[in-house]
Amino acid sequence: MTAVQQNGAKPKLRFIEPSAIAGVLTHDLTIFKRYWPSTTFSSIVEPTIYLLAFGVGFGALVPVVTGVPYIEFLGTGVVATAVLFSSAFAGMFQSFIRRHFQRTYDAMLAAPVDTHELVTGEALWIAGKSGVYGCAPLLVAMAFGLDPSLGMLLVPLIGFLTGLGFGLFGIWISAVMPSIDSFNYIISAVLTPLFLVAGTFFPIEELPSWANVLAQFNPLYHCVELVRHAAFGLKPLADLWHVAVLSIFAAFMWLLAVRQMRRRLID
Amino acid sequence: MSQQPALSLTGVVKRYGEITAVDGLDLDIAPGTCLGLLGPNGAGKSTTMRMLTGQSIADSGEIQVLGYRIPAESKHARALMGVVPQLDNLDAELTAEQNLAVFARLYRVPARERRAAVDRALGIAQLTDRANARTEGLSGGMRRRLLIARGLVHQPRLVLLDEPTVGLDPQIRQELWSLIDGLRTAGTTVLMSTHYIEEAERLADDVAVMNHGKIIARGAPVALLTEHAGKTAAEYYGPPERLVVVERLAQAAGMPTRRTGPSISVLRAEDMPPSLTDELGDGLRRAANLEDVFVALTGEVVG
Repeated sequence: MTAVQQNGAKPKLRFIEPSAIAGVLTHDLTIFKRYWPSTTFSSIVEPTIYLLAFGVGFGALVPVVTGVPYIEFLGTGVVATAVLFSSAFAGMFQSFIRRHFQRTYDAMLAAPVDTHELVTGEALWIAGKSGVYGCAPLLVAMAFGLDPSLGMLLVPLIGFLTGLGFGLFGIWISAVMPSIDSFNYIISAVLTPLFLVAGTFFPIEELPSWANVLAQFNPLYHCVELVRHAAFGLKPLADLWHVAVLSIFAAFMWLLAVRQMRRRLID
Repeated sequence: MSQQPALSLTGVVKRYGEITAVDGLDLDIAPGTCLGLLGPNGAGKSTTMRMLTGQSIADSGEIQVLGYRIPAESKHARALMGVVPQLDNLDAELTAEQNLAVFARLYRVPARERRAAVDRALGIAQLTDRANARTEGLSGGMRRRLLIARGLVHQPRLVLLDEPTVGLDPQIRQELWSLIDGLRTAGTTVLMSTHYIEEAERLADDVAVMNHGKIIARGAPVALLTEHAGKTAAEYYGPPERLVVVERLAQAAGMPTRRTGPSISVLRAEDMPPSLTDELGDGLRRAANLEDVFVALTGEVVG
């Protein structure tokens, strides 16, 4: 763009410009440097508590599930919960506050950043954080006997892809809902059922067949399956399907989030 | 050869449902000048500002900023302009320096020049010694200076100032006026919306009076005064009954008048017929101002 100013030419801009995304990420990183202890604490400790409470407590009653110790079954499943919490909640609350209360997005859109770049940058940041935070339960499970495996190196990537979709879902919701109080409806009616029937705490095969069919539409279920396969052995064909579902989910949420944010930010 | 305007709006209309916020607006600004967009709240000034950055899309009409069509090429234009909004949208949890550094990145200041750009902006905001103070701890005046400096961090060719001193006390307002005047002196094109008459008089090369989404008068402050309000105004004070009589007699003599708080101002007092002066007395003479122009044009009070 500097060259444009010097010679007066008007080069075509790319649909998504890396420098615009980098600007949004710089903003996120600067904020994160200030708040990383509290953000990290809540994103890691909450799923870890689930893991310890259910894994150690319930694990004493049900020692083995689908051929693996319950704490290991749960440890791999709770990765998805950590990813969900750190992405959907961040997308909802952070976006709402920045758009509605702080008007940060107004300021950013006055710079050479477009709405779809703003949304993409925010979602990438949330996804990156989710990929990292999602590893915490896995590390805790290792302390309780989960054997490390090479496939586990894929877990941050699985967390990233899942976090991207749910981060965008959160951004979309932040632009749909009229107030922060309204988020309670989404948390209770959408997010809680999603994480309860994703195969995190128990195999969904134990549920009625209709619930099994519904689970296929739950992106979190695909995240859980991918993480378990990464930990206990990959199943290439099934895993490609899971990756495809998560990718489609992220792409669809991107469209919704950009469209709704544009409605809110550009009049 | 005539210079291409830094920005131009032609027949621009913006509606919000039943309300027409901007109604066939025609406006242009010559490069390196400061235009004061003067009008009361709800005149359409802020909507106009938002349309120039592509944050509000006109229903019809044409907008060009620095040679770029808006909204199609607004990203090019936004890279070359700085925006200072009416409402503070600084990142309260970041320091002054961090706020500037983030926007230097967003405005694509090259990495090797970013440090110097931030330091220069801190200097403009007179916050070099408070660079590491969190923004939420700064005073209202400091925050406003920082807001202006943020819009200047990339040394824009055009600056949009939306009510830059609204809500600030007179001393801080004077400080900001010096800052804005410095911009004009440096050759930056400035579009400044305001409903403070004095602000427009002091800073603007040219003033456009806006009301109900339209420009109703345009010119240099002195020219507007001469055309619409004359050189002097005579103010008459007294009980309400006396003011009614003054108003009636002045209007009967063909003199324009306006209410100014507890008084009646008779405009173009230098042309007042001797017979009227005999009846009313000289009153308190003062120089005509843009507020007189505005009221004379619209019948409304600014602010």
